[in-house]
Amino acid sequence: MSIEICHLSKQFGSFSALNNINLKINPGELLALLGPSGSGKTTLLRVIAGLEKADSGQVLFNRKDSTDKPIRDRQVGFVFQHYALFRNMTIFENVAFGLRVRPKKQRPDSREINRRVTGLLQLVQLDWLADRYPHQLSGGQRQRIALARALAVEPGILLLDEPFGALDAKVRKELRAWLRKLHEDMHMTSIFVTHDQDEALEVADRVVIMNRGCIEQVGTPGEVYEKPANPFVYEFLGHVNLFHGRVHQGHAWINGLKIDVPEHAGAEDLNAIAYVRPHDIEVNRISNGEPALAARVVHILAIGPVVRLELAGKDKESPDSIHAEISKERFRELQLARGDQVFIRPRRLDLFPDQAPDGLMH
Amino acid sequence: MATSSSSQTFPVQLAAPVTQEQPWIRWTLTLLALSFLSLFLLLPLMGVFFEALKKGWDVYIDAITEPDALAAIRLTLTAAAIAIPLNLVFGIAAAWAIAKFEFYGKSILISLIDLPFSVSPVVTGLIYVLIFGLQGWAGPWLKEHDLAVIFAVPGIVLATIFVTVPFIARELIPLMQAQGSEEEEAAIALGANGWQTLWYVTLPNIKWGLLYGTILCNARAMGEFGAVSVVSGHIRGLTNTLSLHVEILYNEYNFVAAFAVASLLALLALLTLALKTLVEAKVAQQIRGNHS
Amino acid sequence: MSTFKQHSVLPGFNLALGFTLLYLSLIVLIPLSAAFIHTAKLSWPEFWNTVTAPRVIASYRLTFGASLAAATVNAFFGLLVAWVLVRYPFPGKRLVDALIDLPFALPTSVAGITLTAIYTGNGWIGQYLEPMGIRIAFTPAGVFVALTFIGLPFVVRTVQPVLEEIEQELEEAAAMLGATRWQTFRHIIFPAVLPALATGFALAFARAIGEYGSVIFIAGNIPMISEITPLLIITKLEQYDYAGATAIATVMLVISFTLLLFINLLQWQARRHNTKV
Repeated sequence: MSIEICHLSKQFGSFSALNNINLKINPGELLALLGPSGSGKTTLLRVIAGLEKADSGQVLFNRKDSTDKPIRDRQVGFVFQHYALFRNMTIFENVAFGLRVRPKKQRPDSREINRRVTGLLQLVQLDWLADRYPHQLSGGQRQRIALARALAVEPGILLLDEPFGALDAKVRKELRAWLRKLHEDMHMTSIFVTHDQDEALEVADRVVIMNRGCIEQVGTPGEVYEKPANPFVYEFLGHVNLFHGRVHQGHAWINGLKIDVPEHAGAEDLNAIAYVRPHDIEVNRISNGEPALAARVVHILAIGPVVRLELAGKDKESPDSIHAEISKERFRELQLARGDQVFIRPRRLDLFPDQAPDGLMH
Repeated sequence: MATSSSSQTFPVQLAAPVTQEQPWIRWTLTLLALSFLSLFLLLPLMGVFFEALKKGWDVYIDAITEPDALAAIRLTLTAAAIAIPLNLVFGIAAAWAIAKFEFYGKSILISLIDLPFSVSPVVTGLIYVLIFGLQGWAGPWLKEHDLAVIFAVPGIVLATIFVTVPFIARELIPLMQAQGSEEEEAAIALGANGWQTLWYVTLPNIKWGLLYGTILCNARAMGEFGAVSVVSGHIRGLTNTLSLHVEILYNEYNFVAAFAVASLLALLALLTLALKTLVEAKVAQQIRGNHS
Repeated sequence: MSTFKQHSVLPGFNLALGFTLLYLSLIVLIPLSAAFIHTAKLSWPEFWNTVTAPRVIASYRLTFGASLAAATVNAFFGLLVAWVLVRYPFPGKRLVDALIDLPFALPTSVAGITLTAIYTGNGWIGQYLEPMGIRIAFTPAGVFVALTFIGLPFVVRTVQPVLEEIEQELEEAAAMLGATRWQTFRHIIFPAVLPALATGFALAFARAIGEYGSVIFIAGNIPMISEITPLLIITKLEQYDYAGATAIATVMLVISFTLLLFINLLQWQARRHNTKV
């Protein structure tokens, strides 16, 4: 099932939770809504589910008769952040609930319910817990039961609100891979909300990055990571060094370093910010003639194949600390130690000139 | 099933919040609840003032200023003035022991403190008669020394204390348990002694809870009827509290006077409810640990 | 001492606990034991005949019957009132919320005479009921009305916080799974408040059984018909029948303590039930 969202807006008092959202979700896609808290991602999910009403705009499902559909006929599966398992019911009864509350005519008989619930519990690999109560389960098990319960009503789409938010780091990693695999098997249109960029990039087919009720960027994990559309996306995805400088007619000056930026040929003496990923920073022991910044090694983290360096620029205008990542071999080659002087230059950077004249931005 | 050609929209703004009932259900239930409350709470309350003022202000004022009524007011205030401080000290001691320490039998102790709530007021009165009455354990000794407890003021005070024992303690125990004992431990570590810790650290933290418990304790102390009735002997001007005075006047068919005195107690009840509502928010604040 | 109490740096445990126990013993425990000790002086047949005399049995029947009826009505309307107070906005809500505790704050004798005034033949309500042949004041129905009044806050005040704490997520989850509002109430909300409702019911019932002041004015106190058990104790006392009064009081105490135990169990279960999932 495909979902189309057109001109969706919602206010909570004076707070604009959703601001003219337009989004198309393809059938069978696994989509992540990513953003900081208050960005409107959960509100968007709840509006799609029908749990919240929007002030204006429309949600289109490619189905025939959806105009006056009450929530119970929408065929939306929803997994709540804190699972919302019914504590007075066994695991079996929790999963069976959606079938048991159907009107008599549509309700499967008890043999059929039994068959389907058992099937779902096997799908989430927890059929041996059928007679337990929710409080007897671990967080990860509850999460999987919540998913089985949502799937029991055979929804056309699956919505998950912060599905791994309440779990500890190890279980979270396991469940991510498991959810990815489950989605590949079932191929159901699914949307999940998260504030964890690693989670969104690792699990989703496409990522929607939201901020202050607006969509900042939509793209595959590769696209949003490699080509962030704007400073917000850059900073939100993190893992990045920020430099302040100026740009003028295709050249940028950053901490005295002159860099060619042909894509900004039209810029006329503007303030600019530049982002450089840690692995795009070249580190040398000695200046090889090319322009470079002098820096001092403040801290070295040499665990695994990648060595992380924390550097302090000699220049007053440099950021307080610059993060660089080099391979272990390169690290051995350079024979770096704390306090050593190095020269660094960005291999690649993204530059965002201020659109407004000085002083008006921020 | 999924035919993209016939894709339709549904206006999401029409969807009702899923956790709300339809308006007609909401209004019916609200109306039903308010009708029940009007019938069982509002009407009796209004009845007191209506009956009291039936014959006008002069009769009303006369009824509450005649000597027996004034004596009843004095005795009611006296009993409360003795019972409340004692229960206050008891409440603080009990809450200190229960909330700040772990020991065996704690839950039994908490149940014992609540015990007076589950004893019929009449039985409360009776047990004091069994001890201090003429045929009771201490009766002969008291008579020998020309002392009286039953059918005298001490009996009334004792019965009042009994029925109000739990009020302050049961407010303080959960409050102090919620607050924990970190602040007290810090005070001790900084060299304060126990009394200084209680005075400078604990009491300021529980002051609203203390006030709340005292308000409830006071309402019950001034209003208690059954227990006091058994031990009082109903001697006008001597062992008559306000709520007993109401009964005497009523049984003499002096209805207007009975309701006039009753209206004083009803006003006290309303004052209690008002103060209680005001202080409740403060107590909740202190439980959350926000001492502003 | 070291095994009885866990170590703590705070002082004053012995003093505080000692005072607490002394005070409780002097004011509550020793006087209460007097009832049992006095009863023990009676022989078993004497005791049994006293507490099963026809007039006493009739009073049990009235006391328990009216208390049960009042607690049931309170359970139903208490849940309704708590629901409306928690869920629906309406003007004057804070005032109504504060007024719920009136039966706790109003002295029972005041409640008794005003209820009587309202329900007698020419009272505000009585004048409409009497022509229909319904008499409330001076009948067992009056006992029921008085007991409903004094028990009202118990259910509301025990159910209200539980209703407030039900996570909205649970109701939304039920709705997303296709449950109607009624199904959500029946399968999700009601089971969650049931332990609190049972506790409130038991508290209202326990209070009603011992109630005296608000009942005696409206009951009419006709032996065998509208005479409650606590009144019977007073009657025996006024006839200097200490033994009889004590025997009946002992029966009431045993019942009260059993109920108290039961309520503690309910609350313990309610707490266990409400541990967050």
